[in-house]
Amino acid sequence: MDGEELTEQETALYDRQIRVWGADAQRRLSKSHILVSGLKGSVIEFCKNIVLAGVGSVTLNDDRMVTEEILSANFLVPADPNVYTGKSLAELCSDSLKEFNRMVRVSVQEGDLSNFSVDFFRKFDAVVISSCSLSTKKSVNEKCRKSLKRIAFYTVDCKDSCGEIFVDLQNYIYSKKKGDGAFECHIKYSTFEEAISVPWKSLPVRVSKLYLALRVIEKFEELEGRIPGETSAADLPKVQKLRKDLCDAQSHDESRIPDSLLERLLEGRSEFPPVCAIIGGILGQEVIKAISGKGDPMKNFFFFDAMDGKGTIEDISEVQTDLPNCNLFSAITD
Amino acid sequence: MASEQQLTAIKGAKVLMVGAGGIGCELLKTLALSGFRDIHIIDMDTIEVSNLNRQFLFRQSHVGQSKAKVARDAVLKFRPHINIIPYHANVKDPDFNVDFFKRFNVVLNGLDNLDARRHVNRLCLAAGVPLVESGTTGFLGQVTVHVKGRTECYECQPKPAPKTYPVCTITSTPSKFVHCVVWAKDLLFAKLFGPKNQENDLNVRSSDASSSSEQVEDVFEHKNDEDIEQYGRKIFDHVFGYNIELALSNEDTWKNRSRPRPIYSKDVIPIEPVHQNGNQGRASAAGDLSSVSAMASLGLKNPQDLWSLKENSAVLLEALKLFLSKREKEIGNLSFDKDDQLAVEFVTAAANIRASSFGIPLHSLFETKGIAGNIVHAVATTNAVIAGLIVIEAIKVLKNDVKNYRMTYCLEHPSKKMLLMPVEPFEPNKSCYVCSETPLTLEINTHCSKLRDVVDKIVKAKLGMNSPLIMQDSSLLYEVGDDLDEDEVAIYAANLEKVLSELPSPVRGGTILTVEDLQQELKCSINIKHREDFDDEKEPDGMVLSGWTQAPAVEKNGKASADNGASTSGASQAASVATEEDDDELQIIPTLTGKKRKLSDVAGAGAASSDASSAAKEPKIKRKAEEIDGNDDVVMLEDGDSTNSTKKGEP
Repeated sequence: MDGEELTEQETALYDRQIRVWGADAQRRLSKSHILVSGLKGSVIEFCKNIVLAGVGSVTLNDDRMVTEEILSANFLVPADPNVYTGKSLAELCSDSLKEFNRMVRVSVQEGDLSNFSVDFFRKFDAVVISSCSLSTKKSVNEKCRKSLKRIAFYTVDCKDSCGEIFVDLQNYIYSKKKGDGAFECHIKYSTFEEAISVPWKSLPVRVSKLYLALRVIEKFEELEGRIPGETSAADLPKVQKLRKDLCDAQSHDESRIPDSLLERLLEGRSEFPPVCAIIGGILGQEVIKAISGKGDPMKNFFFFDAMDGKGTIEDISEVQTDLPNCNLFSAITD
Repeated sequence: MASEQQLTAIKGAKVLMVGAGGIGCELLKTLALSGFRDIHIIDMDTIEVSNLNRQFLFRQSHVGQSKAKVARDAVLKFRPHINIIPYHANVKDPDFNVDFFKRFNVVLNGLDNLDARRHVNRLCLAAGVPLVESGTTGFLGQVTVHVKGRTECYECQPKPAPKTYPVCTITSTPSKFVHCVVWAKDLLFAKLFGPKNQENDLNVRSSDASSSSEQVEDVFEHKNDEDIEQYGRKIFDHVFGYNIELALSNEDTWKNRSRPRPIYSKDVIPIEPVHQNGNQGRASAAGDLSSVSAMASLGLKNPQDLWSLKENSAVLLEALKLFLSKREKEIGNLSFDKDDQLAVEFVTAAANIRASSFGIPLHSLFETKGIAGNIVHAVATTNAVIAGLIVIEAIKVLKNDVKNYRMTYCLEHPSKKMLLMPVEPFEPNKSCYVCSETPLTLEINTHCSKLRDVVDKIVKAKLGMNSPLIMQDSSLLYEVGDDLDEDEVAIYAANLEKVLSELPSPVRGGTILTVEDLQQELKCSINIKHREDFDDEKEPDGMVLSGWTQAPAVEKNGKASADNGASTSGASQAASVATEEDDDELQIIPTLTGKKRKLSDVAGAGAASSDASSAAKEPKIKRKAEEIDGNDDVVMLEDGDSTNSTKKGEP
């Protein structure tokens, strides 16, 4: 048990969730600091969820000025140009999030995510980034790894009716209840770079098509120097060509990445709010698990596609372990 | 995803949302963002502090206001030009009749109780409007689609009953903490503070009076001149001391049980210096109900702490004193309310003293409150996910995309790698008394049971009708409604008190009753079968309804963190007391029991299991490849297993 007790106010406000994850977990949540960059629909949902849950602080990073398109899946910013003109998206979201829960400190960090230093990331317990380039994903992940303190790293993206979450908890240790005793579980995670470098022929059997398709699009955006998400159906021929090259190189069957899926992803600039809610909800839960040490965290990708309605976890790691979820390490007697 | 066809369907749709709580707030937001423009929303509740951790459209300043109205205003801030009509009302109000429901293209439920869900299901069936139903408990949730004639209705599968306990377990032989809570709440609290004329199984005779038979004095009677302090100790000694001694005198009971220990107040708290820590008046300012608190006057702070027997006894006496001195006007009209701090304190203390007597582990106020109030565990994230899934199904319904309808389960632990698991909906159950016209059978002693028993225990409690009409052939036996003549009202009132076989048109074995609810437009036939004897413990209603299925009750253990929201209440014959959970979330997650429903093990295991770790149970789902898109597959359920559909809850 770490630290002081919850206040009366906290106990009253968090009553229903303390009944789910316990007072200890709630205490740990209230001491955690989260960095969030790229305030798209799914991330907005995520922010709402963790502010409600009662984390210690949330730092928002998104310097974009608000446009109508940005607001398509945003419920934090009032639809009034008099309110939103002249402020960055992060500032506007911060204003609104503060009202959700006065006990959470919400602040804004200006600047370009890719320029932040290891020292900067060290201030956080979890870092969630969205809609950024392949190179930024890799570099932020690396910086989180370099910090001596363990930082939970997440990337999240929604395109059209599809969403992807990646998580790197480094070496994650938590205790898991089993019967009357508790076990210490160790999970070893791969970085994003390590994960996406796994040869396609070593991927789990029947791996989610979304995983493959998103890697093709990600590569395409990098090669073309596109702003992430700035794609359209007109790009399909080039993307098909890239798919063939990648599949040939990996000796993989091209038909596992259907045209229809690529087309949807390329067109998916405007977000589909129900999918944002789902991805933001799952992500919120994962971050809460990682911070509170309560519950089995997922390893290491989550995919959702509204077309088939499945929300799937895939373990795509450098080294495949026999026990992907929990290595029983030592029993802690009760 | 936003195809033209889809946008048209969304923009033109008129949607009815029932419930503006945990799921409702998320749903209204997601509907508005998705482009829905005409949304009506019904919720009778007002906002409470414990809602604010997940019902994000509400703020502290909104506490006490209508959920439906505040939710509307909050959503209009980011989508000002859409039409949202709030109703601060009960969905069971007659205004929301079949014609009202017919105005909508789809109905979306975010409800917290079985009764309202069944009611909405019936109205949707009668109005021919598709229903998307949902529920969450903790990390578990589900979304189902109900379209008349296409998929099963909400009531095609049995629902788990609220757990009830045999009277003697509650009055004499508790073995779990929950039994003590039920005793404290439904017997002791009700006896002391509830309506005087209620049936109650507490022994009220004191030792002195027991000899003078009929003219017994009720020890619970508080005489005007009686000192409050003394009265409190008298009650304490009676229920925890004398009544236990009395029970001990029945040797048979304790042959195979450990004997309880009588507890007298003077042994726990010496008579003279009754605690007066001078803290009185240092009450929290949160609201009327919480301003009077025994914990506060005794200097107890943390609701998660376990109190000693002495502390529990002090809380009990103090709470009783506060009720009598500060809230005397309410006495006689109180029913247990989990948001009533003093009531929770009283019940916690009483349950713990009784538990102490019977050697049952004690629990904190926080835990006891969860058990006594049937509090449903709730987190924002699950509600958000479920709301997203509801909108996805609603859009399919609006596009009439029948082949893609799915029921979806949100799981705590992945199954077949899935956290969100879609399943094809089931076909309507041909023997469902709600959506097909299957007659029911009622075994009853027609020479003993009154019409009132049938109305209360069967028509209302089991069939879920609100405004029933009962006919035998063409003669009306019973009816409710505003438009009845005085003499009709008198006749029906008289009929209620008559034994079935002595009604104007007698009801005997072989009679067929027609029971109808005009508001729900639900009608069913009940074949009456006369039977003389019923087992008091196993058939406490004194009648047995068949053809109507209810899943086995969910056994609760005393641990709040493992409960799923099903009712713990109902000590006496009055079995299940209406649940008092405040908001959104359901009490019926494990709906999927019964034949071909192995998936129940998925949603059910997690939701109903009292041991969270067993929720990881592997569901038995077989996959059947289906060439929809490439070589993707669709989850199919295993067929033909019916292990647990009719098993009754162990008494």
